[in-house]
Amino acid sequence: MEEVKLMKGNEAIAHAAIRYGCDGYFGYPITPQSEVLETLAELMPWETTGMVVLQAESEVAAINMVYGGAATGKAVMTSSSSPGISLKQEGISYLAASELPALILNCMRGGPGLGTIQPSQSDYFQATKGGGHGDYHLIVLAPATVQEMADFVALGFDLAFKYRTPSMILADGIVGQMMEKVVLPPQRPRRTEEEVRRQCPWAACGKGSRKHRNVVTSLELDSAKMEVNNLRFQETYRRIEENEVRFEEYYTDDCEYLMVAFGSMARICLKAIEEAREKGVRIGLIRPITLWPFPTKRIAELAAKTKGVLVVELNAGQMIEDVRLAISAPSPSVHHFGRMGGIVPNPGEIIEAFYSHYPEAKI
Amino acid sequence: MKEEIVIAGFGGQGVLSMGKILAYAGLMDNLEVSWMPSYGPEQRGGTANVTVILSDSRISSPVLDSYDTAVILNQQSLDKFESRVKPGGTLIYDPYGIHHAPTRTDIKVIPVEAMEATFEMKNAKTYNMILLGALLAARPVVSLDAVVRGLRKTLPERHHHLIPLNEEALRKGMALAK
Repeated sequence: MEEVKLMKGNEAIAHAAIRYGCDGYFGYPITPQSEVLETLAELMPWETTGMVVLQAESEVAAINMVYGGAATGKAVMTSSSSPGISLKQEGISYLAASELPALILNCMRGGPGLGTIQPSQSDYFQATKGGGHGDYHLIVLAPATVQEMADFVALGFDLAFKYRTPSMILADGIVGQMMEKVVLPPQRPRRTEEEVRRQCPWAACGKGSRKHRNVVTSLELDSAKMEVNNLRFQETYRRIEENEVRFEEYYTDDCEYLMVAFGSMARICLKAIEEAREKGVRIGLIRPITLWPFPTKRIAELAAKTKGVLVVELNAGQMIEDVRLAISAPSPSVHHFGRMGGIVPNPGEIIEAFYSHYPEAKI
Repeated sequence: MKEEIVIAGFGGQGVLSMGKILAYAGLMDNLEVSWMPSYGPEQRGGTANVTVILSDSRISSPVLDSYDTAVILNQQSLDKFESRVKPGGTLIYDPYGIHHAPTRTDIKVIPVEAMEATFEMKNAKTYNMILLGALLAARPVVSLDAVVRGLRKTLPERHHHLIPLNEEALRKGMALAK
């Protein structure tokens, strides 16, 4: 039987990385995600799987170590929280431009600036709309449970390698800090040098018997060639949008109203919805699991049969823009409810916000 | 079965660890478990609290409006959480250092002289286990046996010789709450 463990989301990330056969983790501590590095240091995977764990001198150094490791075809990752992720943006843009697979965890805290260490979802724009410079996307996964924190390590790496693009786990302080039950994946061996060469024929891991030297760069001074690169990136993004949309639904069969929320907020909404349903108020919930690609089509379908939509986020209104883009006229009204500064609303506050926008729904 | 519990007090009183041991006990009893701490500087002197949910079905929100049971270790936490205990719920508190006792009459209020008991036991570190014992007596959602097994899981092996002392504190707390 699988062993059920109790741990924090951040700890689950560390365990899952080792078990995935991750080759290297490069990070710099910051609340609320320091347990990732701490857990890796405690587990000492360099003595078992040979995984490198390194506390870099800064976030900028860490992301460039990831860039270097990824260029050699290794499965490498970093983690940070909002201010640290801002520092990493240049490197993330270079990873995207060089078509390198890598995994980045952002365990979000309130901003802007150093902000607060308490939970937030205010980096939605940054994660889904580029973040760094240039036309690029990350595959963005939003875990709502500790189990998903563990599962999305493998998913994030697999998608990154499949499409040769970095992927991000966009968690928040709640999922990072809370403990719940988790079943960890089985231990996989790290790939051998031969397997890396086979899986990543583009990797700069020594010329060997190849005729050409692989060069990994984001620089292309010839505009015509650069545009070809851009078109290829965009083609990859279209394939991702076509194949990798993930979401979860609750009570959408008979819903008259719809809530849209991701990560921990989706769970708080679910409790609010279940309490409202006991009184006969039929609200449904869609939880985007991939924030990019966004479940545009499904949200449009669900919204079309509802009287109103409430988007609930720990920010001033970011995902709501994608929800509004998804819904075409004639559309139901779309409202937002959010708290900032690290304040997390409880289920009662959410349902009050819902009734303030849709008083006719109250029974 | 679903029990929504908040434990609140000063950082350093063992609030988060008490919640953690309770959560592990839930794991031992095959319950669904959620442990949501206040994290950060609270751990070093401010007020700290933790929400623990034990349930035999899926847990949605780890964040709650109101609680079945509150275990309160200081005045600030009493002021914050007394009104958030569900009608018919349970409030366990240590009167030590409390200037304004709870006033609600629609909940079960259980004062537990836990600080006094640590003086008797001549060990201040048993404080949170005495209160956990009181919680077990008032709301037997997990068994004492599960708590002891939970302790074994959470304590590093070098501290396992302290388990009998913790068990004594748990039993003392159980007796105080009866």
